[in-house]
Amino acid sequence: MLSIHYFASIREQVGINKESVDFDTSVSTVSELINLLGARHSGFGQASETPTKLLVSVNQVVVDKSHKLHDGDEIAFFPPMTGG
Amino acid sequence: MISVQSDDFNLAQEYEDLRHRAGDPGAIVTFTGLVREFYEAEPKHEPAVTSLTLEHYPGMTEKALQDIALSAQKRWPLLAVRIIHRVGELHPKDQIVFVGAASAHRGAAFAAAEFMMDYLKSKAPFWKKQKAGGHESWIDSRASDSSALDRWEK
Repeated sequence: MLSIHYFASIREQVGINKESVDFDTSVSTVSELINLLGARHSGFGQASETPTKLLVSVNQVVVDKSHKLHDGDEIAFFPPMTGG
Repeated sequence: MISVQSDDFNLAQEYEDLRHRAGDPGAIVTFTGLVREFYEAEPKHEPAVTSLTLEHYPGMTEKALQDIALSAQKRWPLLAVRIIHRVGELHPKDQIVFVGAASAHRGAAFAAAEFMMDYLKSKAPFWKKQKAGGHESWIDSRASDSSALDRWEK
């Protein structure tokens, strides 16, 4: 099972703040997960069309989209950070 | 060393805490960031900000701030550091962020405070949503914030 979290504008575009996805070989990388979530949520599909505006972390570390996923990973999607 | 909190903070108290924790500091630099009424460079065309709401990623945000503080300590001979970032709904003139660095000499303290702020702006998971003129909008990241990191990564 992968636990998926959405933050800020991405959360609003998707319409939920978290969900679970069954882990299998069809979602072995972040890119594949993005495709699956884009098919599930039209808002996420739109957000993923501008890759520079969609960041991803796995187990709370920012990674790139070729990152390999493992069962039990915590994945979060969010826009570029605007702290300070 | 780091706090993510909805409560306000007291500058004098944070300074005193750094002064005592640092042992024998020769310099303490503190920086406080405030919520502005006009976020954009051209305020004339924009309605005033009435509130700013900060969202964060509990767990990852604390880790990111911890990493930033540790990186500063590896880079400069610091005697104490402190980072506070507020979350939730804030209003113009509210204090939003505090960084403090204590060192034997001012050079390290100034540089470390600036380094921590530069990293915090684009590497710590916080997102700002502003309300202005009755409309809510997410604040976009600025290219100038990520380019501010370049000088530290050379």
